[in-house]
Amino acid sequence: MTKHEVTLHINGEDRTLVIRHADTLLDVLRLQCGLTGAKPGCENGDCGACTVIVNQLPYKSCIMLAIEATGHTIMTIEGLKHSPIQRAFAKCYAFQCGYCTPGFIMNAHAMLLHDTSIDEPTIQEWLESNICRCTSYEEIASAIRMAMSTMNANLPDNSKPNSPST
Amino acid sequence: MIPIDFQYVAAQSVAEAIRQYHQFSTSDMSTRYYSGGTEIITLARLHQLTMDAVIDIKPIPAAQVCSIVEEKLFLGAALTLSQITSHPMMSRAFPLLQVAVNEIADRTARNKITLGGNLCGDIIYREAVLPLLVCDSMVRIAGPNGAKEESIHRIFRRTMQLKPGEFIVQIATDKIYRCAPFFHVKRRKMGKVGYPIVSAAAIRLQDNIHIALSGVCSFPFRSRTMEDWLNQKHLPVHQRIEEAIQIIPPELILNDYEASREYRRFVLRTVLEETLHQLGSA
Repeated sequence: MTKHEVTLHINGEDRTLVIRHADTLLDVLRLQCGLTGAKPGCENGDCGACTVIVNQLPYKSCIMLAIEATGHTIMTIEGLKHSPIQRAFAKCYAFQCGYCTPGFIMNAHAMLLHDTSIDEPTIQEWLESNICRCTSYEEIASAIRMAMSTMNANLPDNSKPNSPST
Repeated sequence: MIPIDFQYVAAQSVAEAIRQYHQFSTSDMSTRYYSGGTEIITLARLHQLTMDAVIDIKPIPAAQVCSIVEEKLFLGAALTLSQITSHPMMSRAFPLLQVAVNEIADRTARNKITLGGNLCGDIIYREAVLPLLVCDSMVRIAGPNGAKEESIHRIFRRTMQLKPGEFIVQIATDKIYRCAPFFHVKRRKMGKVGYPIVSAAAIRLQDNIHIALSGVCSFPFRSRTMEDWLNQKHLPVHQRIEEAIQIIPPELILNDYEASREYRRFVLRTVLEETLHQLGSA
């Protein structure tokens, strides 16, 4: 088994790790970095429980090699602190068992990084990337709407969606 | 966890990718080109795929191209499906491809799946090929014997017919096809994410319908004989459709957990009818 030293930029820190080229990002995050927020679910790219953000886009870390992420900015749920989407998930009770929650939050956070005036079809399209076996979908969608309103309320007036200058 | 070991190399140019492939081959290492890698990772994890090395073509600038030159649209094989759907030019440049790839997998997975990866995958649906088949696209290929451009019809016969060491660099499509009136439909067993029972991409060109299908058989296809029947406008629509469906050998129509053969045929019938109506050929 050949191992190689790589440096990954995770949650604002450079982490030098010794990995196999065949290691998935999910395995490296969980087993080597101790970042167990990204969850192994299907490990097949279907359920989204392992979603992390790489360069501001959501990725399923079970279908990405860790070595592919070198030179990119990785954010896991552990790197997300006091964000509107986290508070909204808690306020809306947007979880039951909680296993899928980190993946949903990372996906929703990435969506809100892109735009804070997202329509319903777009929310539905993004949410279809993740599966919640407890079927909390309505509450999750509510949490996204709540986070979106919070973020829009905090924007300067001329940057708000539908403001005369936008 | 992926139970096998392999070496990963990121190629910065077409020449470097070819050189690496040659180097691995002469060391007796089985090698695969790697783009999105979603299928390679999935199958390797399940012991269904082994290799000694992968060569990542994503860093190659030519494989990341999205541009129009003399009315031809060039798309790099390493463009992700998300890049294709979100590119501001695509809704005018190749709307059929944009719509078709937006139905593959889910929003997050499309950030990783690439155009070339979908075309070359083992998955039986490979729906990104449908718009290319109806638009007579050209495929730019690099390999040990240099670069070449082949018609999609020559290089894609049920699967991509690439020789050892070759990989797709770009797809080129003429304006006359990619800007023609189009229709795309994907019928699934349930929901908005998943494999198709029937997926169809069609254009109308010079009053004739071009159509390619996925999900019907264990490979995507475009059949000129089917199109000939569908374009017999002097016949009633139902007869054109029945004659077109008869062209497909019954045993080739999939009969699996997604849909029975008979149901698939029923869905195909409705899809063809919808296509003819939408493209004004009914």
